[in-house]
Amino acid sequence: MSTQTSFVTPEAPLRAYASTAGAAISSLSRREAREPPRAIASPEDFRTEPGPVRFVIIALAVSFLTIFVVLPLVVVFASALSKGFGAYFAALAEPEALSAIRLTLLVAAISVGLNLLFGVIAAWAIAKFDFPGKTFLVTLIDLPFSVSPVISGLVFVLLFGAQGYWGTWLQAHNVHILFAVPGIALATIFVTFPFVARSLIPLMQEQGTQEEEAAISLGASGLQTFFRVTLPNIKWGLLYGVLLCNARAMGEFGAVSVVSGHIRGETNTMPLLVEILYNEYQFVASFAIASLLAMLALITLVVKTVLEQRLDEGQTPRNDLRDDLRDDPSDH
Amino acid sequence: MGLTLTWLSVIILIPLAGLFLKTLELSPAQFWEILTSRRTLNALKISFGLSFAAACVNLVMGTIIVWALVRYRFPGRRIFDAIVDIPFALPTAVAGVALTQLFAQKGWLGAPLAELGIKVAFTPIGIFIAMIFIGIPFVVRTVQPVLIDLDPEIEEAAASLGANRWHTVFRVILPSLIPALLTGFALAFARAVGEYGSVIFIAGNLPNVSEIAPLLIVIRLSEFRYADATAIAVIMLLASFVIILAVNRLQRWAQTRIPAH
Repeated sequence: MSTQTSFVTPEAPLRAYASTAGAAISSLSRREAREPPRAIASPEDFRTEPGPVRFVIIALAVSFLTIFVVLPLVVVFASALSKGFGAYFAALAEPEALSAIRLTLLVAAISVGLNLLFGVIAAWAIAKFDFPGKTFLVTLIDLPFSVSPVISGLVFVLLFGAQGYWGTWLQAHNVHILFAVPGIALATIFVTFPFVARSLIPLMQEQGTQEEEAAISLGASGLQTFFRVTLPNIKWGLLYGVLLCNARAMGEFGAVSVVSGHIRGETNTMPLLVEILYNEYQFVASFAIASLLAMLALITLVVKTVLEQRLDEGQTPRNDLRDDLRDDPSDH
Repeated sequence: MGLTLTWLSVIILIPLAGLFLKTLELSPAQFWEILTSRRTLNALKISFGLSFAAACVNLVMGTIIVWALVRYRFPGRRIFDAIVDIPFALPTAVAGVALTQLFAQKGWLGAPLAELGIKVAFTPIGIFIAMIFIGIPFVVRTVQPVLIDLDPEIEEAAASLGANRWHTVFRVILPSLIPALLTGFALAFARAVGEYGSVIFIAGNLPNVSEIAPLLIVIRLSEFRYADATAIAVIMLLASFVIILAVNRLQRWAQTRIPAH
């Protein structure tokens, strides 16, 4: 609302303001008297608080973030290195640690790969076509964000567990899903599915279908259109989605913990090993693995910031994008 | 298209349907009995109660942080802006062990607090702390874009009409942030209710005292009491659906409010 529009509002509010307006003028003139060099207050003066208030707010914000966010992060590295670099690298070279790292990389590769493929298809379908049940599909994609990780794991136990729907059949045919790599991968895919699709849908919606229609009318095939027209347009958004998907896939704890069975050296991912070592009071080893995951998180944040700048440089207004990329189910 | 739907149903729909089907195997009386058992009730109370309290803290502190980040220039502002996302990005198990180490009796913050007679780790206060940690980005990142986009002329108008700064902030600015604040609150609350990894290390996990509902699900599963686990899960799932619905309503409310400015 501009100052101008406030003068064309109906009379009642105007009358209500009349008395305060007078006060404003008198307070303004007092101000002029007190500080002549900045007599006519610049717009910025209206929009800030007195110095001490500003100081308190900044101090509160900074100390809260330091205590709740910076310190936990510092503790991870300090504890990992508390016995020196030798102990740190020795802990990382343990066979158990190495197998956990391998499993985490494998599971992340499987789930990021599949979610990339199906995330692009889902986003393509939702952004470029209209069909019945579209809202339902979008809700379905958002769902894993709002479900407790433990429940995400539980649903797979109910399907594949010994008492589950397909448990007996699987046992009879000697297929291992639960307490094995397929179960861990399934739970991870479930939890990380939204990232790629969610990063792409707003971007693709905004770009519309004109370029694709032009390509097709000029004789390009569907696949050609996708790889030559659509993909270059969405590459930064795609990278963004993959980045967040990967970070979550490598770090997922709750869902994986429920389906993994914690078989040492076989079904322990890095976060699970952090838990086991911590509960065994092997703090250096536990925090050494944790420090790798923390570094992953930090690198993810840095790359994310860079990608957000890239996305900004496109025509997309930053705030809309941010809204849609945020890890939340609220958009639909 | 068909492929997407098939994939989505395999990955998301069938597992969730399985959850509800499993609940249908229980008679209403059994279902009720599980939910009203002392341990379940206490776990739900702890999860929802502490999540609510933590979301309230996040609401207040989140607003202060957003204000500082958006309105003021201070050294390290960009870094602090970036680290708000750390609770999102840090794997929950890492956050859990780090917070426990920090607030344990010999920890950097635990030791001074212990001297004051406050025990954080392995008590409900620990759960509360972990939930605050996990929720803070939700409030900040929901409110931040709205505060950035707020039309400066509203404030100028208020000020030129004689409102003092206090009035302008509390009568003009905060009311226009309310939808975003409530959305951030609801998201932080929902996340805290379902949170597992960052809470279980610091919680102590004493039944009826510091045992959260997601942990009780895991315990019931490890005892092969699938029905109990499922019943608790269904209640939590329904609660998160209600929260999503509320958030969607809030967003729609916010959208209808915008043209009014």
